Amino acid sequence: MKEHDHTGDSMNAARPKAPSPIIEVKDISKSFGSHQVLKDLSFDVQPGEKLALIGPSGSGKTTILRILMTLETIDGGVIRIDGEPLWHMEKEGQLVPANEAHLHRMRTKVGMVFQLFNLFPHKTVLDNITMAPILTKGISRSDAKARAMELLDMVGLADKATAKPAQLSGGQKQRVAIARALALQPKIMLFDEVTSALDPEIVEEVLGVMRKLAAETDMTMLLVTHEMGFAHDFADRVLFFDAGRIIEQGPPDQIFRAPQEERTQLFLRKILAAGRAI
Amino acid sequence: MNVIEADWLGYVQLMLEGALVTVELTVYGSIIAFFGAFILGLAKLSPWFPLRWLAIVYIEFFRGSSIFVQLFWAYFVLPLIGFPLSALATGIMVLGLNVSAYGAEVVRGAILTVPKEQWEASVALNLTKFQRMRHIILPQAIVVMLPTFSNNVIELMKASAVVSLISLADLTFQSQVIRLQTGNTLLPFAGALLIYFILSLIIVYGIRRIENKMAEGLDVVRS
Repeated sequence: MKEHDHTGDSMNAARPKAPSPIIEVKDISKSFGSHQVLKDLSFDVQPGEKLALIGPSGSGKTTILRILMTLETIDGGVIRIDGEPLWHMEKEGQLVPANEAHLHRMRTKVGMVFQLFNLFPHKTVLDNITMAPILTKGISRSDAKARAMELLDMVGLADKATAKPAQLSGGQKQRVAIARALALQPKIMLFDEVTSALDPEIVEEVLGVMRKLAAETDMTMLLVTHEMGFAHDFADRVLFFDAGRIIEQGPPDQIFRAPQEERTQLFLRKILAAGRAI
Repeated sequence: MNVIEADWLGYVQLMLEGALVTVELTVYGSIIAFFGAFILGLAKLSPWFPLRWLAIVYIEFFRGSSIFVQLFWAYFVLPLIGFPLSALATGIMVLGLNVSAYGAEVVRGAILTVPKEQWEASVALNLTKFQRMRHIILPQAIVVMLPTFSNNVIELMKASAVVSLISLADLTFQSQVIRLQTGNTLLPFAGALLIYFILSLIIVYGIRRIENKMAEGLDVVRS
Protein backbone atom coordinates (compact mmCIF):
# COMPACT_ATOMS: atom_id res chain seq x y z
CA MET A 1 0.00 0.00 0.00
CA LYS A 2 1.77 3.05 -1.26
CA GLU A 3 -0.39 5.35 0.83
CA HIS A 4 1.50 4.34 3.93
CA ASP A 5 4.91 5.07 2.58
CA HIS A 6 6.11 8.06 4.58
CA THR A 7 9.60 8.43 3.21
CA GLY A 8 8.70 11.84 1.83
CA ASP A 9 8.85 13.49 5.24
CA SER A 10 10.99 16.56 4.69
CA MET A 11 12.29 16.64 8.28
CA ASN A 12 13.57 13.10 7.94
CA ALA A 13 15.14 13.85 4.58
CA ALA A 14 17.27 16.56 6.20
CA ARG A 15 18.60 14.16 8.80
CA PRO A 16 21.26 11.50 8.22
CA LYS A 17 19.67 8.14 7.42
CA ALA A 18 20.96 6.32 10.53
CA PRO A 19 18.42 3.77 11.78
CA SER A 20 16.88 5.67 14.65
CA PRO A 21 13.87 4.60 16.69
CA ILE A 22 10.50 6.02 15.68
CA ILE A 23 9.41 5.97 19.33
CA GLU A 24 11.76 6.58 22.24
CA VAL A 25 10.23 6.30 25.69
CA LYS A 26 12.65 7.39 28.40
CA ASP A 27 12.13 7.25 32.16
CA ILE A 28 8.40 7.86 31.96
CA SER A 29 6.49 8.02 35.20
CA LYS A 30 2.77 8.49 35.60
CA SER A 31 0.48 8.47 38.63
CA PHE A 32 -3.26 8.65 39.03
CA GLY A 33 -3.68 10.22 42.45
CA SER A 34 -1.46 8.27 44.82
CA HIS A 35 -1.34 5.24 42.52
CA GLN A 36 1.79 5.13 40.38
CA VAL A 37 0.93 3.38 37.11
CA LEU A 38 4.22 3.79 35.27
CA LYS A 39 7.62 3.75 36.96
CA ASP A 40 10.65 5.03 35.04
CA LEU A 41 9.48 3.21 31.95
CA SER A 42 11.91 3.13 29.01
CA PHE A 43 11.78 1.39 25.64
CA ASP A 44 12.40 2.10 21.95
CA VAL A 45 10.41 1.09 18.91
CA GLN A 46 11.98 0.82 15.46
CA PRO A 47 10.16 2.06 12.36
CA GLY A 48 7.84 -0.63 11.02
CA GLU A 49 8.16 -2.74 14.13
CA LYS A 50 5.09 -4.59 15.44
CA LEU A 51 5.02 -4.61 19.21
CA ALA A 52 2.68 -6.54 21.49
CA LEU A 53 2.23 -5.22 25.02
CA ILE A 54 0.97 -7.90 27.37
CA GLY A 55 0.52 -8.14 31.12
CA PRO A 56 -2.07 -8.19 33.87
CA SER A 57 -4.81 -5.55 34.13
CA GLY A 58 -3.55 -2.33 35.67
CA SER A 59 0.05 -3.02 34.65
CA GLY A 60 0.26 0.24 32.69
CA LYS A 61 0.17 -1.04 29.10
CA THR A 62 -2.98 0.85 28.11
CA THR A 63 -1.71 3.96 29.91
CA ILE A 64 1.42 4.07 27.76
CA LEU A 65 -0.70 3.86 24.58
CA ARG A 66 -2.92 6.67 25.88
CA ILE A 67 0.17 8.77 26.66
CA LEU A 68 1.48 8.20 23.12
CA MET A 69 -1.92 9.37 21.78
CA THR A 70 -1.70 12.45 24.09
CA LEU A 71 -4.83 11.36 25.97
CA GLU A 72 -2.86 11.25 29.24
CA THR A 73 -0.09 13.57 30.34
CA ILE A 74 3.19 12.38 31.83
CA ASP A 75 4.61 13.23 35.25
CA GLY A 76 8.26 12.72 34.32
CA GLY A 77 10.55 11.56 31.55
CA VAL A 78 10.63 12.27 27.83
CA ILE A 79 9.01 10.63 24.83
CA ARG A 80 10.30 11.24 21.34
CA ILE A 81 8.43 10.39 18.17
CA ASP A 82 10.42 10.60 14.97
CA GLY A 83 13.15 12.28 17.03
CA GLU A 84 10.84 15.06 18.24
CA PRO A 85 9.69 15.31 21.85
CA LEU A 86 5.98 14.50 22.18
CA TRP A 87 5.03 16.12 25.45
CA HIS A 88 7.73 18.81 25.29
CA MET A 89 8.97 21.47 22.93
CA GLU A 90 12.55 22.51 22.48
CA LYS A 91 13.01 26.16 23.38
CA GLU A 92 16.50 27.66 23.53
CA GLY A 93 18.01 24.22 24.02
CA GLN A 94 15.63 23.44 26.90
CA LEU A 95 12.65 21.11 26.97
CA VAL A 96 9.50 22.95 28.01
CA PRO A 97 5.96 21.53 28.26
CA ALA A 98 4.26 21.24 24.85
CA ASN A 99 1.50 23.62 23.87
CA GLU A 100 -1.66 22.58 22.00
CA ALA A 101 -0.21 23.54 18.60
CA HIS A 102 2.78 21.24 19.17
CA LEU A 103 0.54 18.38 20.32
CA HIS A 104 -1.66 18.95 17.28
CA ARG A 105 1.34 18.59 14.98
CA MET A 106 2.66 15.51 16.80
CA ARG A 107 -0.73 13.78 16.69
CA THR A 108 -0.54 13.64 12.88
CA LYS A 109 2.02 10.86 13.32
CA VAL A 110 -0.11 8.65 15.55
CA GLY A 111 -3.48 6.93 15.21
CA MET A 112 -5.40 4.88 17.74
CA VAL A 113 -8.12 2.24 17.75
CA PHE A 114 -10.05 1.89 21.01
CA GLN A 115 -11.50 -1.02 22.91
CA LEU A 116 -15.04 0.40 22.66
CA PHE A 117 -14.66 1.59 19.02
CA ASN A 118 -15.71 5.18 19.91
CA LEU A 119 -17.40 5.77 16.57
CA PHE A 120 -19.44 8.97 16.28
CA PRO A 121 -23.07 7.80 16.52
CA HIS A 122 -24.54 10.83 14.76
CA LYS A 123 -22.46 10.33 11.61
CA THR A 124 -22.62 7.70 8.90
CA VAL A 125 -19.78 5.21 8.49
CA LEU A 126 -18.47 7.23 5.55
CA ASP A 127 -18.60 10.52 7.48
CA ASN A 128 -16.86 8.90 10.44
CA ILE A 129 -13.95 8.09 8.12
CA THR A 130 -13.85 11.20 5.93
CA MET A 131 -14.42 13.85 8.60
CA ALA A 132 -10.91 14.03 10.07
CA PRO A 133 -9.01 14.00 6.73
CA ILE A 134 -11.27 16.79 5.44
CA LEU A 135 -11.05 18.88 8.60
CA THR A 136 -7.45 18.31 9.64
CA LYS A 137 -5.65 17.75 6.35
CA GLY A 138 -7.74 19.90 4.03
CA ILE A 139 -8.36 16.98 1.69
CA SER A 140 -11.26 17.52 -0.71
CA ARG A 141 -14.51 15.77 0.04
CA SER A 142 -14.32 13.66 -3.11
CA ASP A 143 -10.73 12.55 -2.48
CA ALA A 144 -11.53 11.76 1.15
CA LYS A 145 -14.54 9.74 0.03
CA ALA A 146 -12.55 7.80 -2.56
CA ARG A 147 -9.90 6.98 0.03
CA ALA A 148 -12.55 6.02 2.60
CA MET A 149 -14.18 3.65 0.13
CA GLU A 150 -10.80 1.99 -0.51
CA LEU A 151 -10.36 1.52 3.22
CA LEU A 152 -13.90 0.22 3.68
CA ASP A 153 -13.21 -2.21 0.89
CA MET A 154 -10.05 -3.34 2.67
CA VAL A 155 -11.95 -4.00 5.91
CA GLY A 156 -14.77 -5.67 3.97
CA LEU A 157 -17.47 -3.08 4.67
CA ALA A 158 -17.88 -1.17 1.41
CA ASP A 159 -21.62 -1.90 1.51
CA LYS A 160 -22.00 -0.17 4.89
CA ALA A 161 -20.83 3.30 3.86
CA THR A 162 -24.19 4.96 4.41
CA ALA A 163 -25.08 3.04 7.60
CA LYS A 164 -25.04 4.66 11.04
CA PRO A 165 -22.83 2.96 13.67
CA ALA A 166 -25.92 1.80 15.58
CA GLN A 167 -26.80 -0.42 12.62
CA LEU A 168 -23.48 -2.31 12.77
CA SER A 169 -22.33 -5.30 14.81
CA GLY A 170 -19.40 -4.91 17.25
CA GLY A 171 -16.95 -6.47 14.82
CA GLN A 172 -18.11 -4.20 12.01
CA LYS A 173 -17.84 -1.13 14.27
CA GLN A 174 -14.28 -2.02 15.13
CA ARG A 175 -13.37 -2.51 11.47
CA VAL A 176 -14.82 0.93 10.70
CA ALA A 177 -12.80 2.35 13.61
CA ILE A 178 -9.63 0.83 12.10
CA ALA A 179 -10.48 2.33 8.70
CA ARG A 180 -11.15 5.70 10.35
CA ALA A 181 -7.73 5.74 12.04
CA LEU A 182 -6.00 4.62 8.82
CA ALA A 183 -7.63 7.41 6.81
CA LEU A 184 -5.25 9.89 8.44
CA GLN A 185 -2.26 7.81 7.31
CA PRO A 186 -0.39 7.81 10.62
CA LYS A 187 3.11 6.42 10.89
CA ILE A 188 2.25 4.72 14.16
CA MET A 189 -0.95 2.84 14.96
CA LEU A 190 -1.97 2.02 18.52
CA PHE A 191 -4.46 -0.79 19.14
CA ASP A 192 -5.88 -0.81 22.66
CA GLU A 193 -7.51 -4.16 23.44
CA VAL A 194 -9.45 -3.87 20.21
CA THR A 195 -11.10 -7.28 20.51
CA SER A 196 -11.85 -7.28 24.26
CA ALA A 197 -15.40 -5.96 23.84
CA LEU A 198 -16.28 -8.41 21.07
CA ASP A 199 -18.03 -11.77 21.18
CA PRO A 200 -15.51 -14.58 20.71
CA GLU A 201 -16.93 -15.64 17.35
CA ILE A 202 -16.39 -12.21 15.80
CA VAL A 203 -12.92 -11.53 17.22
CA GLU A 204 -11.38 -13.20 14.19
CA GLU A 205 -12.93 -10.77 11.69
CA VAL A 206 -11.08 -7.89 13.38
CA LEU A 207 -7.85 -9.84 13.83
CA GLY A 208 -8.01 -10.75 10.12
CA VAL A 209 -8.01 -7.07 9.19
CA MET A 210 -5.06 -6.41 11.48
CA ARG A 211 -3.07 -9.34 10.03
CA LYS A 212 -3.68 -7.92 6.57
CA LEU A 213 -2.59 -4.50 7.73
CA ALA A 214 0.58 -5.86 9.32
CA ALA A 215 1.43 -7.80 6.16
CA GLU A 216 0.67 -5.06 3.65
CA THR A 217 1.97 -1.89 5.33
CA ASP A 218 5.18 -0.65 6.88
CA MET A 219 3.36 1.11 9.69
CA THR A 220 4.72 0.84 13.20
CA MET A 221 2.11 -0.89 15.36
CA LEU A 222 1.70 -1.17 19.11
CA LEU A 223 -0.88 -3.61 20.30
CA VAL A 224 -2.23 -4.10 23.81
CA THR A 225 -3.99 -7.44 23.89
CA HIS A 226 -5.07 -10.46 25.85
CA GLU A 227 -5.17 -12.55 22.67
CA MET A 228 -1.87 -14.32 23.20
CA GLY A 229 -2.11 -16.44 20.05
CA PHE A 230 -2.56 -13.34 17.94
CA ALA A 231 0.21 -11.48 19.79
CA HIS A 232 2.54 -14.39 19.04
CA ASP A 233 1.80 -14.37 15.30
CA PHE A 234 1.53 -10.59 14.90
CA ALA A 235 4.40 -9.15 16.88
CA ASP A 236 8.10 -8.82 16.13
CA ARG A 237 8.69 -8.19 19.82
CA VAL A 238 6.63 -8.75 22.97
CA LEU A 239 6.83 -6.53 26.06
CA PHE A 240 5.57 -8.04 29.29
CA PHE A 241 4.35 -5.36 31.72
CA ASP A 242 3.72 -5.70 35.42
CA ALA A 243 3.17 -2.97 38.02
CA GLY A 244 4.18 -0.15 35.67
CA ARG A 245 7.44 -1.70 34.49
CA ILE A 246 8.62 -3.88 31.63
CA ILE A 247 9.57 -7.11 33.32
CA GLU A 248 10.67 -8.97 30.23
CA GLN A 249 10.83 -8.40 26.50
CA GLY A 250 11.92 -10.35 23.46
CA PRO A 251 10.76 -12.17 20.33
CA PRO A 252 7.35 -13.83 20.69
CA ASP A 253 8.80 -17.35 20.70
CA GLN A 254 11.10 -16.50 23.58
CA ILE A 255 8.42 -14.77 25.69
CA PHE A 256 5.67 -17.31 25.08
CA ARG A 257 7.71 -20.54 24.91
CA ALA A 258 10.60 -19.84 27.25
CA PRO A 259 9.89 -16.88 29.53
CA GLN A 260 12.79 -16.15 31.87
CA GLU A 261 11.07 -14.14 34.58
CA GLU A 262 8.90 -15.77 37.20
CA ARG A 263 6.18 -13.12 36.87
CA THR A 264 5.94 -13.69 33.12
CA GLN A 265 5.69 -17.44 33.66
CA LEU A 266 2.97 -16.97 36.28
CA PHE A 267 0.99 -14.59 34.04
CA LEU A 268 1.17 -16.90 31.04
CA ARG A 269 0.16 -19.91 33.16
CA LYS A 270 -2.92 -17.98 34.34
CA ILE A 271 -3.78 -16.93 30.80
CA LEU A 272 -3.39 -20.53 29.58
CA ALA A 273 -5.61 -21.72 32.41
CA ALA A 274 -8.20 -19.14 31.30
CA GLY A 275 -8.24 -20.84 27.91
CA ARG A 276 -6.41 -18.30 25.78
CA ALA A 277 -4.09 -20.76 24.06
CA ILE A 278 -0.95 -19.58 22.30
CA MET B 1 -77.10 43.92 23.17
CA ASN B 2 -74.18 44.38 25.56
CA VAL B 3 -70.87 45.99 24.81
CA ILE B 4 -68.97 42.74 24.26
CA GLU B 5 -71.35 41.55 21.55
CA ALA B 6 -71.27 44.94 19.85
CA ASP B 7 -67.48 45.07 19.58
CA TRP B 8 -66.88 41.33 19.45
CA LEU B 9 -64.70 41.50 16.35
CA GLY B 10 -62.75 44.48 17.64
CA TYR B 11 -61.93 42.75 20.91
CA VAL B 12 -60.83 39.55 19.19
CA GLN B 13 -58.56 41.66 17.02
CA LEU B 14 -57.17 43.33 20.14
CA MET B 15 -56.44 39.95 21.69
CA LEU B 16 -54.71 38.75 18.52
CA GLU B 17 -52.60 41.90 18.39
CA GLY B 18 -51.61 41.19 21.97
CA ALA B 19 -50.84 37.58 21.08
CA LEU B 20 -48.60 38.80 18.25
CA VAL B 21 -46.60 40.92 20.70
CA THR B 22 -46.32 37.86 22.98
CA VAL B 23 -45.08 35.80 20.02
CA GLU B 24 -42.55 38.51 19.13
CA LEU B 25 -41.28 38.61 22.71
CA THR B 26 -41.06 34.81 22.78
CA VAL B 27 -39.31 34.41 19.43
CA TYR B 28 -36.75 37.21 19.81
CA GLY B 29 -36.29 36.54 23.52
CA SER B 30 -35.65 32.85 22.76
CA ILE B 31 -33.05 33.73 20.12
CA ILE B 32 -31.16 35.85 22.65
CA ALA B 33 -31.62 33.13 25.30
CA PHE B 34 -30.37 30.42 22.92
CA PHE B 35 -27.12 32.20 22.06
CA GLY B 36 -26.73 33.49 25.61
CA ALA B 37 -27.17 29.97 26.99
CA PHE B 38 -24.43 28.62 24.70
CA ILE B 39 -22.00 31.41 25.48
CA LEU B 40 -22.59 31.11 29.23
CA GLY B 41 -22.72 27.29 29.26
CA LEU B 42 -19.42 27.05 27.35
CA ALA B 43 -17.88 29.78 29.51
CA LYS B 44 -18.79 27.78 32.59
CA LEU B 45 -16.89 24.80 31.18
CA SER B 46 -13.88 26.91 30.29
CA PRO B 47 -10.54 25.98 31.85
CA TRP B 48 -9.92 29.73 32.21
CA PHE B 49 -11.03 30.71 35.71
CA PRO B 50 -12.00 34.41 35.13
CA LEU B 51 -14.36 33.36 32.32
CA ARG B 52 -15.92 30.65 34.49
CA TRP B 53 -16.29 33.11 37.32
CA LEU B 54 -17.97 35.74 35.12
CA ALA B 55 -20.44 33.14 33.86
CA ILE B 56 -21.24 32.00 37.40
CA VAL B 57 -21.84 35.59 38.59
CA TYR B 58 -24.12 36.28 35.61
CA ILE B 59 -26.10 33.05 36.02
CA GLU B 60 -26.55 33.42 39.78
CA PHE B 61 -27.51 37.09 39.45
CA PHE B 62 -30.20 36.54 36.84
CA ARG B 63 -31.55 33.41 38.51
CA GLY B 64 -31.40 34.93 41.95
CA SER B 65 -33.16 38.26 41.34
CA SER B 66 -36.75 39.00 40.40
CA ILE B 67 -37.56 39.30 36.71
CA PHE B 68 -40.03 42.10 37.60
CA VAL B 69 -37.24 44.13 39.17
CA GLN B 70 -34.88 43.34 36.26
CA LEU B 71 -37.55 44.59 33.88
CA PHE B 72 -38.29 47.76 35.85
CA TRP B 73 -34.58 48.40 36.20
CA ALA B 74 -33.97 48.05 32.46
CA TYR B 75 -36.99 50.18 31.55
CA PHE B 76 -36.82 52.93 34.17
CA VAL B 77 -33.17 53.04 35.32
CA LEU B 78 -31.25 52.49 32.08
CA PRO B 79 -32.70 55.67 30.49
CA LEU B 80 -31.40 57.63 33.51
CA ILE B 81 -27.86 56.58 32.65
CA GLY B 82 -28.26 57.24 28.95
CA PHE B 83 -29.65 53.98 27.55
CA PRO B 84 -33.28 54.52 26.68
CA LEU B 85 -34.93 51.44 25.17
CA SER B 86 -38.41 50.89 23.78
CA ALA B 87 -40.76 48.77 25.87
CA LEU B 88 -40.56 45.94 23.32
CA ALA B 89 -36.76 46.00 23.16
CA THR B 90 -36.58 46.07 26.96
CA GLY B 91 -38.96 43.12 27.22
CA ILE B 92 -37.05 41.06 24.67
CA MET B 93 -33.69 41.86 26.25
CA VAL B 94 -34.73 41.11 29.83
CA LEU B 95 -36.54 37.90 28.94
CA GLY B 96 -33.64 36.73 26.74
CA LEU B 97 -30.96 37.53 29.31
CA ASN B 98 -32.98 36.02 32.14
CA VAL B 99 -33.77 32.73 30.41
CA SER B 100 -30.21 32.40 29.06
CA ALA B 101 -29.09 32.02 32.69
CA TYR B 102 -31.32 28.96 33.04
CA GLY B 103 -30.37 27.68 29.58
CA ALA B 104 -26.67 27.92 30.44
CA GLU B 105 -27.01 25.10 32.97
CA VAL B 106 -28.84 23.03 30.35
CA VAL B 107 -26.03 23.53 27.83
CA ARG B 108 -23.35 22.75 30.40
CA GLY B 109 -25.15 19.66 31.70
CA ALA B 110 -25.84 18.30 28.21
CA ILE B 111 -22.21 18.71 27.12
CA LEU B 112 -21.12 16.77 30.18
CA THR B 113 -23.42 13.87 29.24
CA VAL B 114 -21.46 13.18 26.04
CA PRO B 115 -19.25 10.20 26.92
CA LYS B 116 -15.57 10.99 27.42
CA GLU B 117 -14.75 8.35 24.80
CA GLN B 118 -16.21 10.68 22.18
CA TRP B 119 -13.78 13.43 23.25
CA GLU B 120 -10.90 10.96 23.20
CA ALA B 121 -11.74 9.69 19.72
CA SER B 122 -11.83 13.26 18.44
CA VAL B 123 -8.44 14.00 20.03
CA ALA B 124 -7.03 10.83 18.46
CA LEU B 125 -8.32 12.06 15.09
CA ASN B 126 -6.45 15.31 15.75
CA LEU B 127 -9.47 17.59 15.58
CA THR B 128 -8.92 21.05 17.06
CA LYS B 129 -10.81 22.04 20.21
CA PHE B 130 -13.28 24.01 18.12
CA GLN B 131 -13.78 21.15 15.65
CA ARG B 132 -14.34 18.68 18.51
CA MET B 133 -17.05 20.88 19.95
CA ARG B 134 -18.62 21.81 16.62
CA HIS B 135 -18.64 18.41 14.89
CA ILE B 136 -18.65 15.82 17.67
CA ILE B 137 -19.83 17.11 21.04
CA LEU B 138 -22.52 19.72 20.31
CA PRO B 139 -24.45 17.66 17.72
CA GLN B 140 -24.82 14.94 20.36
CA ALA B 141 -25.37 17.29 23.29
CA ILE B 142 -28.02 19.38 21.56
CA VAL B 143 -30.36 16.38 21.40
CA VAL B 144 -30.11 16.18 25.18
CA MET B 145 -30.68 19.93 25.51
CA LEU B 146 -33.80 20.23 23.36
CA PRO B 147 -36.49 18.86 25.74
CA THR B 148 -35.32 21.24 28.49
CA PHE B 149 -34.98 24.10 25.99
CA SER B 150 -38.61 23.45 25.14
CA ASN B 151 -39.52 24.01 28.82
CA ASN B 152 -37.33 27.11 28.91
CA VAL B 153 -39.08 28.62 25.89
CA ILE B 154 -42.50 27.94 27.43
CA GLU B 155 -41.31 29.53 30.68
CA LEU B 156 -40.09 32.52 28.68
CA MET B 157 -43.43 32.87 26.93
CA LYS B 158 -45.33 32.71 30.22
CA ALA B 159 -42.92 35.13 31.88
CA SER B 160 -43.46 37.54 28.97
CA ALA B 161 -46.72 38.54 30.71
CA VAL B 162 -44.63 40.72 33.05
CA VAL B 163 -44.04 43.20 30.22
CA SER B 164 -47.67 44.33 30.64
CA LEU B 165 -46.33 46.10 33.74
CA ILE B 166 -44.28 48.44 31.56
CA SER B 167 -47.36 49.10 29.40
CA LEU B 168 -46.32 46.86 26.51
CA ALA B 169 -49.52 45.72 24.81
CA ASP B 170 -49.01 41.97 24.97
CA LEU B 171 -51.69 39.33 25.40
CA THR B 172 -52.06 39.85 29.15
CA PHE B 173 -52.12 43.63 28.78
CA GLN B 174 -54.84 43.49 26.11
CA SER B 175 -56.94 41.09 28.21
CA GLN B 176 -56.78 43.58 31.04
CA VAL B 177 -57.74 46.42 28.65
CA ILE B 178 -60.78 44.46 27.43
CA ARG B 179 -61.74 43.61 31.00
CA LEU B 180 -61.59 47.28 32.01
CA GLN B 181 -63.53 48.41 28.95
CA THR B 182 -66.26 45.77 29.10
CA GLY B 183 -66.44 44.88 32.75
CA ASN B 184 -66.33 41.25 31.70
CA THR B 185 -63.55 39.34 33.43
CA LEU B 186 -64.29 35.77 32.38
CA LEU B 187 -64.07 36.01 28.59
CA PRO B 188 -60.87 38.02 28.06
CA PHE B 189 -58.87 35.99 30.59
CA ALA B 190 -60.30 32.67 29.40
CA GLY B 191 -59.29 33.72 25.88
CA ALA B 192 -55.80 34.65 27.09
CA LEU B 193 -55.41 31.29 28.86
CA LEU B 194 -56.43 29.47 25.71
CA ILE B 195 -54.05 31.45 23.49
CA TYR B 196 -51.09 30.93 25.90
CA PHE B 197 -51.91 27.21 25.93
CA ILE B 198 -52.09 26.97 22.12
CA LEU B 199 -48.77 28.83 21.81
CA SER B 200 -47.11 26.44 24.25
CA LEU B 201 -48.45 23.45 22.30
CA ILE B 202 -46.91 24.90 19.13
CA ILE B 203 -43.56 25.32 20.93
CA VAL B 204 -43.60 21.75 22.30
CA TYR B 205 -44.57 20.26 18.93
CA GLY B 206 -42.04 22.34 16.98
CA ILE B 207 -39.11 21.54 19.24
CA ARG B 208 -40.05 17.85 19.38
CA ARG B 209 -39.89 17.73 15.58
CA ILE B 210 -36.40 19.25 15.61
CA GLU B 211 -35.42 16.80 18.36
CA ASN B 212 -36.61 13.77 16.39
CA LYS B 213 -34.77 14.97 13.31
CA MET B 214 -31.51 15.48 15.22
CA ALA B 215 -31.74 12.28 17.24
CA GLU B 216 -31.66 9.99 14.18
CA GLY B 217 -29.11 7.28 14.89
CA LEU B 218 -28.56 8.46 18.46
CA ASP B 219 -31.67 6.96 20.06
CA VAL B 220 -30.73 3.46 19.05
CA VAL B 221 -27.33 3.87 20.63
CA ARG B 222 -28.70 5.20 23.88
CA SER B 223 -31.56 2.71 24.25
